[in-house]
Amino acid sequence: MTLAEKILAAHSDKKSLSPGDFINVRPDLILSNDITAPIAIKEFRKLGVKKVLDPGKIVMVPDHFVPNKDIASAEQAKMLREFAQEQGIIYFECGQMGIEHVLLHEQGLALPGDVIIGADSHTCTYGALGAFATGMGSTDIATAMATGEIWMKVPPTMRFVYHGKPGKWVGGKDLILYTIGRIGVDGALYAAMEFTGEAIDNLSMDGRFTMSNMAIEAGGKAGMFRADGKTLEYVSTRAKRPYTVHELGPESECASVTEYDISKLEPQVAAPHLPSNVKPVSALSGVKIDQVVIGSCTNGRLEDLRLAASVIKGHKVAPYVRCIVIPGSQQVYLDAMAEGIVETFIRSGCAFSTPTCGPCLGGHMGILAAGERAVSTTNRNFVGRMGSPKSEVYLANPAVAAASAVLGRIANPDEV
Amino acid sequence: MLKGKVFKYGSNVDTDAIIPARYLNVSEPSELAKHCMEDIDLEFVRKVNHGDILVATTNFGCGSSREHAPIAIKAAGVSAVVAKSFARIFFRNAINIGLPLLESPETVDNTDAGDILEISLETGIISNVTKGKIFKAKPYPKFMSDIISSGGLVEYTKKKIAGRAP
Ligand code: SF4
Repeated sequence: MTLAEKILAAHSDKKSLSPGDFINVRPDLILSNDITAPIAIKEFRKLGVKKVLDPGKIVMVPDHFVPNKDIASAEQAKMLREFAQEQGIIYFECGQMGIEHVLLHEQGLALPGDVIIGADSHTCTYGALGAFATGMGSTDIATAMATGEIWMKVPPTMRFVYHGKPGKWVGGKDLILYTIGRIGVDGALYAAMEFTGEAIDNLSMDGRFTMSNMAIEAGGKAGMFRADGKTLEYVSTRAKRPYTVHELGPESECASVTEYDISKLEPQVAAPHLPSNVKPVSALSGVKIDQVVIGSCTNGRLEDLRLAASVIKGHKVAPYVRCIVIPGSQQVYLDAMAEGIVETFIRSGCAFSTPTCGPCLGGHMGILAAGERAVSTTNRNFVGRMGSPKSEVYLANPAVAAASAVLGRIANPDEV
Repeated sequence: MLKGKVFKYGSNVDTDAIIPARYLNVSEPSELAKHCMEDIDLEFVRKVNHGDILVATTNFGCGSSREHAPIAIKAAGVSAVVAKSFARIFFRNAINIGLPLLESPETVDNTDAGDILEISLETGIISNVTKGKIFKAKPYPKFMSDIISSGGLVEYTKKKIAGRAP
């Protein structure tokens, strides 16, 4: 069996599984947020059960429009708070919270070998730990909270192997953008993506989270890595319960195997309006910009902020350009302060915010006007994603984003 | 039998196009319906009539997991969506809330905006009344037709919970 199949089998009544099987799975974590939980809570009430099955496995994180951006979002966040208190589930209040997909593994809640489901498409982020993690809808989450089970179709596995040593400014974001550029936004539709090869062995945990995070941008159901020494080092000080490490399955059981040599790869940028519209940064270096966003569940971790700060340090954000930096969690914020990174950003003329999804989904904290262009370290550049349907979003890694902020146009970090 | 006029779209219609995130500070279906398809088709909400049908090419509903997307489509009055393929989470969500989705590349290739389609969910037969052509959609796996015939995942789960009770 493949890694995905091994994990799913261990959480179902089946000993062996094949792609296409419909199974009932018992997830280790059931996640929702301030956009998706209100519907999940309403649907949960319709089920006629009073209590969730296992409050210790249910997590709600208000992160999208929090700190509450208006009265309507305050009402939604209130629903989460009241439900969390009533049910005794795991909940992170504003002030302790972060973006869900930065927070859960940081807090040792998501672990290797887990099945994690979330009413948020980027739940696939936890695949970086060697877990099977996938996004679904609010009604799915409602029934899982009540029964502790969820139906799933076993996905085929598509393996991606990365060879070579990446260049100085090339990281997880570039590998995943390059991959999506090659296979398209439905290139891995319904499939579990598996990332391996020597470039992956050398990739940091933060880089792996970035790659798993964007598996959904290729249509993938999961984006998975084998848990290795780095993974175990990461989880050993955080894990709050036992976990299981599964190895990758044989190549012959994968539906496809694709190999890339990334040694000559330039930093990659996805131009509007699809994450698959990917070009090397040099091909876009004349494009003038109005805003830069550094943050999100894709690139809002310490390593990302460190990288951006190393580029921007000693420089100023270009005139008439705003650069908004948003740490993914309170811990990332604290660590960034301790390292002097926060000061670097502020002295360079960046806005530095409390953790939130904010502008990533055009929620608040950096909405674009018609005709404006942004370089963003987020994961989606659909029409209207960050504001006006007439605005444009270019997706890039944190070093490219920082260089672009300094030069006021899309730029290679070497130019700064 | 479902019957309605066709609104036709291309590939990769994402959930931000179906219902932009800036409207997700509420979850009432009627409020969401007011902004359905807004960023790619400003006219849609004004023109759509009860029973109308969306037709699109590949990967319809890609992007976020927001159940608000099928809810908005359903609340706007749309009776079914026919596409060459659907994004995975959107597919689950639509089945769970009782918005019928049909996979039929032939229908998509032979249907234009404004055509009238008739759909039988029992048989999966789709007929293009305007063009006088008949197609068959890919059947649902048994597991999913059980959810659909129960009236959605909540009703299906209610039965399951009742069956378990002592
Ligand atoms: S940061 Fe963006 S992509 Fe990530 S959970 Fe928040 S809105 Fe979604």
